[in-house]
Amino acid sequence: MATFRQQLAKEPAIAAEGSGVQKTALAVKLQAENLNFYYGKFQALHGISLSIVTYKITAFIGPSGCGKSTFLRTMNRMNETVRNTRVEGKLLLDGQDLREMDVTFVRRRVGMVFQKSNPFPKTIFDNVAYGLRVNGVRSRPVIEAAVERSLRRAALWDEVKDKLRKPASALSGGQQQRLCIARALAVEPEVLLLDEPCSALDPIATLKIEELLFQIKDITTIVIVTHNMQQAARLADYTGFFLMGKLIEFDDTRKIFQNPSKKETEDYVTGRFG
Amino acid sequence: MDLGVSRRRKIVNVVMLSLSGVCTALVMGVLFFILGYLFWHGAKSLNWNFLTQVPKPSGQTGGGVANAIAGSAKVLLLATCIGVPIGFLAGVYLAEYSGKTFAFTIRYVVDLLNGVPSIVIGIVAYALVVRPMGHYSALAGGVALGIMMIPIAVRTTEEFLRSVPNSMREGAMALGATRARTIFTVVAPAAISGLISGMMLNLARVAGETAPLLFTALGNMFWSRGWLQPIATLPVTIYNYAIAPEEDLHQQAWAAGFVLLFLVLGINVTARMIIARGSASARR
Repeated sequence: MATFRQQLAKEPAIAAEGSGVQKTALAVKLQAENLNFYYGKFQALHGISLSIVTYKITAFIGPSGCGKSTFLRTMNRMNETVRNTRVEGKLLLDGQDLREMDVTFVRRRVGMVFQKSNPFPKTIFDNVAYGLRVNGVRSRPVIEAAVERSLRRAALWDEVKDKLRKPASALSGGQQQRLCIARALAVEPEVLLLDEPCSALDPIATLKIEELLFQIKDITTIVIVTHNMQQAARLADYTGFFLMGKLIEFDDTRKIFQNPSKKETEDYVTGRFG
Repeated sequence: MDLGVSRRRKIVNVVMLSLSGVCTALVMGVLFFILGYLFWHGAKSLNWNFLTQVPKPSGQTGGGVANAIAGSAKVLLLATCIGVPIGFLAGVYLAEYSGKTFAFTIRYVVDLLNGVPSIVIGIVAYALVVRPMGHYSALAGGVALGIMMIPIAVRTTEEFLRSVPNSMREGAMALGATRARTIFTVVAPAAISGLISGMMLNLARVAGETAPLLFTALGNMFWSRGWLQPIATLPVTIYNYAIAPEEDLHQQAWAAGFVLLFLVLGINVTARMIIARGSASARR
């Protein structure tokens, strides 16, 4: 069965942009250069520069309001839906300026999972199929295969395979969040952004999500914003620490938590503030 | 002294409570009083023939309002086809696209339109449809009632679309959906029970309108053919019968009033059941 990405590869316009990256070590997937972001007159991000490495998990930590979610939302241009906002600087996806691409195309390549699970008022199946249909996939067998594959990757298949026609609202909170992950995975994004995906979940549901993120890092680059420092330490290959709209430090996760170079980082990860 | 104050407060409390209780009972009573009164006066005419026959020629007793019931349904269908799409799409614009200042202006104008007396809307429909066509018609009545439905359709659409959490929109757009697609495949379906019931309440509201139909749909003693002929409707039939000299027709007017009220209540109750079911499934 052709996967969605192969399906898309038949359309030359999309394939030309989508097939750039090989699975090589330390290839840069996303790169920010001197990025500033404004809500009206308020500057929320100050000169952020960093590189997100392909097929690794990158975590952003920092106190509330430090700009980590704002930065995450610039990476799929979600902030554009908020009125009166402005971005300066460069944001490159596979070396191409993300802000010059078609926005729906950017969002297909860079998927997102939100803090609060937001299943659509549709069946479980239709939730997962939504992204495919939006992106023009009509073939029933292709959609069915993609739905099953995505639900398996999101570790939800066994729990829902007998009730795909039930409304998504009937699932538990943790299941809903995994459904949202499956929905995002269905369009086979190259990057998956997660904005505090576990903050509303209990420890067991959180553990399931962390396990599945480990499983899917082979197929997609993951960027996760979290308030939970243990989660960052457990999950991430790289960690960035944000404070007051600035990226204070960005390094190997172990370095950030065991031997940070900045005083602010040390204060935060040792729990002295925030 | 303390005792006096507390006693005064207790008395005031009892008086206010009983006053509001009496007024509540009055409010509830009015509906049942109207229903009962209509039934009392119209009972003699209320029978199967009344619902299935057309009016008898003047001078004869008996006959029914079947043509008026069908006519009201026809005119209301036309009104829905005109008022709901226009109101819905304008409501979508208002809720999803317009900026703050412009939204304020739209809302203001829509509220003004809602306040336009129904007879004036009737005149507008007369000028727009009846004059150019040269005769009264079901279409003209539908246009008049359709215009009357627009303001409420706009505001209900806005209200129910706004009640859909923004996280739904973001979820759809994050998958690459365009704004329009997000609205029509995620936001509107999320609000569907509210939208449908809002439109039904809107329909029930104009179902009893008489003034705009007087010189648009006019009325008809017989079955109306097609959409471009004068057509009987329940409110206008009630009006005509009520001012007619015959006692039999007065009774029929009461009975027709009962039928109309019953239909409107039916629509209302159905709409509220849809709302209740919708919010129950949303909470789940």
